Amino acid sequence: MIIKTIFSGFGGQGVLVMGVSLAHSGMSKGLHVTYLPAYGAEMRGGTANCTVAVADEEIASPVASEPNYLVVMNSPSLFTFQNKVTSGGTIFLNSSIINDRPNRRDVKVVCVPCSDMAQELGNIRVANIIMMGAFIKVSGVVTPEIYLNSLESIMGSRKKALAELNKKAFSAGFDYVKIN
Amino acid sequence: MNKVLMSGNYVIGEAAIRAGCRFYAGYPITPQNELTEYMAEHIRSVEGGVFLQSESEIAAINMIAGASAAGLRVMTSSSSPGISLKQEGISSMAACELPGIIVNIMRGGPGLGNIRPSQGDYFQATRGGGHGDYRTIVLAPGSGQELADLTMTAFDLADKYRNPVMILADGMMGQMMEPIVFKKPKPRVYSKKFMLQGAGNGKSKFIRGLLLDPIDSEEHNWKLARKYAVISISEPRYELYNIDDAEMIIVAYGTAARIAKGAIKRLRGSGINIGLFRPITLWPFPELQLRELAAKVKKYLVFEMSTGQMLDDVRLALQGYADIKFHGRPGGAVPTPAELANVIAKIYKRNY
Repeated sequence: MIIKTIFSGFGGQGVLVMGVSLAHSGMSKGLHVTYLPAYGAEMRGGTANCTVAVADEEIASPVASEPNYLVVMNSPSLFTFQNKVTSGGTIFLNSSIINDRPNRRDVKVVCVPCSDMAQELGNIRVANIIMMGAFIKVSGVVTPEIYLNSLESIMGSRKKALAELNKKAFSAGFDYVKIN
Repeated sequence: MNKVLMSGNYVIGEAAIRAGCRFYAGYPITPQNELTEYMAEHIRSVEGGVFLQSESEIAAINMIAGASAAGLRVMTSSSSPGISLKQEGISSMAACELPGIIVNIMRGGPGLGNIRPSQGDYFQATRGGGHGDYRTIVLAPGSGQELADLTMTAFDLADKYRNPVMILADGMMGQMMEPIVFKKPKPRVYSKKFMLQGAGNGKSKFIRGLLLDPIDSEEHNWKLARKYAVISISEPRYELYNIDDAEMIIVAYGTAARIAKGAIKRLRGSGINIGLFRPITLWPFPELQLRELAAKVKKYLVFEMSTGQMLDDVRLALQGYADIKFHGRPGGAVPTPAELANVIAKIYKRNY
């Protein structure tokens, strides 16, 4: 089993945190993981993306030729990456700010209005964690418990209020998507 | 053992501090800045640890030469253009037989190039880079765990042979995060007689690379050459992957070897059986070990993120023994495993 995911969006949307938290929780579960950020002249408002591989065997390449999952937080990301997704894969998209839909028929699409939901929770910055709630529910890569533990250890225990908000955000995303 | 998720640049820093590195000097350059950042934050929290952001790369290499002469375990790091600037100092350290670690997190070149991962500095690293008859031990890690292990090994080798050691990785290795277990470093073995820490009442000591008498200088060169001969017999390291029943073997190192492994896995189902020979030491290059393989396998494909540099060493090892093909992506381009698998399949089918 090897699962590759690309997370992509604007710099500042917490795209890299999504990737690191997934990689960390995969490691906590005892799996092999790699996390590869796109680095360079990235900045707030620019583009940011990262690739996470989670596997039960040694991971050869951290690069994803055909990711199983694609998580897009803004429109440019959708157009950049949608054609890479493997047939039968899933695209998660932030439907609050992405009006377009993937032009592919062979992938599943999960729409989560995570920016709007974050604003309802009182903090736009947790949109990424809401999306992770949906992602963990649909992908089942790790359990919600493992994910939340990893998230807390990445964020550090300095900000208790933030940890509570993250948990709420995660639950909101987790409950939003229905699995049939 | 506790696993931690860390990016490659941080891993090198942490492994170096654990291995007893107590002096680091460096000057910022992407994509290795996180290593300098890590050393700035952490080396000072160990007793005697010194971090210095130097005014230039040239200053940094000369600072570590000085601290090494005084007996400390030392390291500097940079990326391709910055490593070019350090060459005079590396030559000088080799001449003076000063141990020290130079980390090169390669980026696209030549010139300022770009900041994407590349492998264009193979010649510079393995052929010495600076002037004069000298060699630098070059280690090429292929994973986060190997970055940790080989950084510790680098310090041991530097002390053992009293020679600079280069860790040659690239932007992808530096930026990628993987789970790491830090092993216990070996205790340092390095004689006090090589350290300039004051002569006391004894004879005065000095270290120098300037030997004006050509006969003295020649003798010094042969002494170094004998040392390099020992290293080239004792220290070659390599990894074999999927070699049994392989009909063709890819030769690749570092990030390129990771991509090659991905391509090999993809091809498994299609009846194309490919193996991988991954040099871990680039100098000394595992020449004899590669040649041994040629008794069984006759087709080789060298894959590098360059226009073909390690290719020369593979030719020295295999020319006349086997058929050698090359595929390269220079200048900061990184192929996907799928792309490389297509290239391999084409070459494989043309061959048979």
